[in-house]
Amino acid sequence: MEGYSYTIWIVLLPFLVFLLTGLSSMYIRPRLAGLIGTGGILITLLLSLLTAAQYFSTAPPESGWPTLIPFDATWLKFNDTLAVHMGILLDPISVMMLVVISVVSSMVHIYSLGYMKGEAGFARYYAFLSLFSFSMYGLVLATNLFQIYFFWELVGVSSYLLIGFYYDRPSAVAAAKKAFIVTRFADFGFLVGILLLSWYSGTFDFVMLNNPDGAAIAGAASATFMGASVLTWALVLIFMGGAGKSAMFPLHIWLPDAMEGPTPVSALIHAATMVVAGVYLVARLFPVYHLSDGPALDIVAWTGAITALFAAVIALTQDDIKRVLAYSTMSQIGYMMLALGVSGYGAEEGLGYTASMFHLFTHAMFKALLFLGAGAVIHAVHSNVMGEMGGLRRYLPITHGAFLVACLAIAGIPPFAGFFSKDEILAAALHHNPAIYGIALLVAGMTALYMFRLYFRVFWGEDRQYHHTPHEAPAVMWAPLILLAVLSAVCGFIPFGQYVTADRLPAGSHLDITIALTASGISVAGILAAMALYRKPSDRPAQIAESLSGLYRLAHRKFYIDEIYLAVTKNVLFKGIAWPAAWFDRHVVDGSMNGIAWVTTRVARAIKGIQSGQVQQYALSFVMGAVALAALFIYWLKR
Amino acid sequence: MNILLLLLIIPTLTILALMFSKEREQARLVSVVGMGLQFVAAFYLLFAFLRERASGNTDDMLFTSSYMWFSPLNIRFDLGVDGVSVALIVLTAIVTLAGVFISWRMEDLAKEFFISLIALATGVFGFFVTLDLFTMFLFYELAVIPMYLLIGIWGSGPKEYSAMKLTLMLMGGSAFLLVGLLGLYFNSTGAADGHTFNLMEIAAGGIPVEAQRIFFPLTFVGFGVLGALFPFHTWSPDGHASAPTAVSMLHAGVLMKLGGYGCYRVAVFLMPQAASEMAWFFILLTGFSVIYGAFGAIRQTDLKYINAYSSVSHCGLVLFAILMLNKTAMNGAILQMISHGLMTALFFALIGMLYERTHTRIVQEMGGLMKVLPFISACYVIAGLASLGLPGLSGFVAEMTIFVGAFEHADAFHRVWTILAVSAIVVTAVYILRVVGTMLMGPVNNPEYAHLPAAAWYEKTGALLLILPIAAIGMAPLWLSEMIRFSLEPIIRQLGL
Repeated sequence: MEGYSYTIWIVLLPFLVFLLTGLSSMYIRPRLAGLIGTGGILITLLLSLLTAAQYFSTAPPESGWPTLIPFDATWLKFNDTLAVHMGILLDPISVMMLVVISVVSSMVHIYSLGYMKGEAGFARYYAFLSLFSFSMYGLVLATNLFQIYFFWELVGVSSYLLIGFYYDRPSAVAAAKKAFIVTRFADFGFLVGILLLSWYSGTFDFVMLNNPDGAAIAGAASATFMGASVLTWALVLIFMGGAGKSAMFPLHIWLPDAMEGPTPVSALIHAATMVVAGVYLVARLFPVYHLSDGPALDIVAWTGAITALFAAVIALTQDDIKRVLAYSTMSQIGYMMLALGVSGYGAEEGLGYTASMFHLFTHAMFKALLFLGAGAVIHAVHSNVMGEMGGLRRYLPITHGAFLVACLAIAGIPPFAGFFSKDEILAAALHHNPAIYGIALLVAGMTALYMFRLYFRVFWGEDRQYHHTPHEAPAVMWAPLILLAVLSAVCGFIPFGQYVTADRLPAGSHLDITIALTASGISVAGILAAMALYRKPSDRPAQIAESLSGLYRLAHRKFYIDEIYLAVTKNVLFKGIAWPAAWFDRHVVDGSMNGIAWVTTRVARAIKGIQSGQVQQYALSFVMGAVALAALFIYWLKR
Repeated sequence: MNILLLLLIIPTLTILALMFSKEREQARLVSVVGMGLQFVAAFYLLFAFLRERASGNTDDMLFTSSYMWFSPLNIRFDLGVDGVSVALIVLTAIVTLAGVFISWRMEDLAKEFFISLIALATGVFGFFVTLDLFTMFLFYELAVIPMYLLIGIWGSGPKEYSAMKLTLMLMGGSAFLLVGLLGLYFNSTGAADGHTFNLMEIAAGGIPVEAQRIFFPLTFVGFGVLGALFPFHTWSPDGHASAPTAVSMLHAGVLMKLGGYGCYRVAVFLMPQAASEMAWFFILLTGFSVIYGAFGAIRQTDLKYINAYSSVSHCGLVLFAILMLNKTAMNGAILQMISHGLMTALFFALIGMLYERTHTRIVQEMGGLMKVLPFISACYVIAGLASLGLPGLSGFVAEMTIFVGAFEHADAFHRVWTILAVSAIVVTAVYILRVVGTMLMGPVNNPEYAHLPAAAWYEKTGALLLILPIAAIGMAPLWLSEMIRFSLEPIIRQLGL
């Protein structure tokens, strides 16, 4: 493709920066590593914006927005039909993701210059951030399923390394391990799904798979296994990978713990980019999901809806500021998933797809802002716990303002960004399934409630006696906040339907006034409730918690999902399989080998006396033998 | 002169030179120079091979030459390599050189140690360059015997027991093997003048199916013992635990590959019909050992035991892939041999370095080493990530090729076992990350660890020699995979696919 050859550098540059800073991290000044990393990511930001401008500025042809492959190379050939390519694929959603990743990543790089200042391992931090950015760019630009899996695992390991950045804290180590293993388990499903789909379709290639006539997937669609088509199985398994990465119930347990990582990392990886990879994956294969004509999309929709509700309930009860945001992220990603699940393919039908991508975009902006704002708060008060905060609006005016914008955006108050994307999601859900619409509406109200609970408890409430007077973060930290706040305020006005639709044809964006009023009304009600409960210190929240004691405790303890997982892994996998396997190996398998040796030595010991070396004994045996043989011979002759 | 002959002459001359060397410094210098030359020769062979292929030479075996050795039985010294053996020769050269560097500080009987180590390597090189069953068997034994001395003399812990156990079990395997090889010889029809030991001639002539049914299982099990075939793998944990570092590296890195290579080159290549008939049984065993080894590794606390069980799992995957009897999976099997050879040698090298410093191999007794030994810890993380199949490192390429190949069988039996084998990627992550989390991360749990010496230059050299190819294969696997894939043509012809 003419004119896009520079896009290769969007991927390669962070990789080179990773190699450079990673290999030299022990030797160069930390500050320099930070500046190299930030410089690198800013160049990719420019290139990404250039790509977006170039891609979207040319009017789309009749057939809709094109798929461009500016770079493609064979990486590995499995057999005559299946080969893995590494390439760059540009289409509306990948270009949109480029913008999201480059913007958020750049903000996080800049912000971290202040936030991580003086930390041991500063250079290592920037090396890992570059590794992550490289992997994430590679993931969204993938031309085929295998490439996406390749980078999928790499973002997973970057996430592991960054969650475990404070590796001398046992909790961080445990969280990193948990995140990797849970997502690995999900990726096991993903991999089997890829193997199944590619075996039946003979290709990994997205362009082939997504062909609207469904030729590539016909084989998989016609073969059946246990009552469902193989295609459905493959898509559900692939979705399992997406659900793991996007922390969908019940594979979500790693995300809240992942907050052990540095806060800017949470903003980048665990709020804006990596965790939406699952949504992106389903969107990437959306035509296949749509053509599969099975329950695959319904599973996506219901998983999203259940997660949205489930996480929102938990978010209402958490006290750690980052954990509230983590559950909020889960809930919002659930929103995106359900939007994809209820979507159809054509113009009006495809609203869910547009809405999902739109929400992904707006959410990235305001959730990154929320995390970076939370980071500024944590930076100021040296605590994550809301109980130790309060009245901070006076000390942190800039953070407060930015945070308020983000809260209004996520609550869906017009004209902030979240309002528009959430409205589209609700419209799509209502059109498809009233039950899901009901859940989504409920979650919208709860979102406003838990976000403003957080907001009022941190910035209002009672003024604490702080050891050190909290002070506003340095400019490298608040400048990104302001930029993201501006984006969160205005990016809802982007006519997304013009650019991103399931069938690539531009569609008009329109606001459904009824839904808009209903949803905003519910959100405002949520905000007012939060204001009533938390603006001034009171014991009303405690009373409510008291009156709902069972339910409250259930939600506060996150529905005991962690405990269930722990019980299963500990009792079934470790005590039930691993320990018996190890015992069996040492005692039965090895025992029988030693047993053979033991029998051999015993037999040898028993018969070794025969060969004594004494001539008399040999002579005696010889004579006795001869006599015995003679006797036998005579006896035999006589017969 | 045939370059393959050079690969045998260099180590032999090195051993001779070692015999005349006096003290430790001299011995290790001679070893490094000798194995360094061997390293260069191996890479020269690789480039020469690729050049031949690029210039359109499509023979099954390249650089062939033949010397009559004992004409009454038609035993010859046949040399020749294809892409598979070239790849494994390069692997052996890398691991041997790294092993010599890691043994730089060998205290006791350094000269004798290096002699035995290089004798072992010579056996491995010989095994990979010859095409004659008799000579192959000879080199095979040459590789196995020094192991007894190396563990029995320079080992640690219950070394006599381990050395004896390992040698006896491998000898037991050899007994099966010898019967299998003689069976092949007496049933061979390919040669004009009676029976033959030459692989290509036997393959061309074919072995009667009835004979295959008897001798395939004997040969497969015989080689399988060395390739950690369940349930004949138990020499491996004890053997590795007692062996000195370089010996573990060579043993797990290359010697165990002789088993996989033999199963592929002799058992399946020469007896394809029996292989097709009996594959299901061995798929059960090897597929089981993939999972079983991984779960066994979870429970272990000694680093060497963890790695030994991990090898059971990974080598099980090699045999599993060979038994899929198709090109893709076999390609994956060879890639897995190379990848596993590199990373397991790296693991053992690092375990040795850690043991020298902390005097323990028990995971729980160490903690926070990342802070005090950053280089060694970072290498350990890389080895771990390679082992759990991280993209960009060699393990991923191998495993994915195997899985795609195994998926080419669409029947329920193969599907179920393949998916079970795929599930090992999760279990592997569990045991690798447990070690990394406990031993390298967390707070430093022993004040004495604050003063551990950093990695020395020879340790760094050894580790980097192994890490670089792991990363190189992981990032750009196409040339290697294509070189191997092309060389699989003959066996695919044999299998009639």
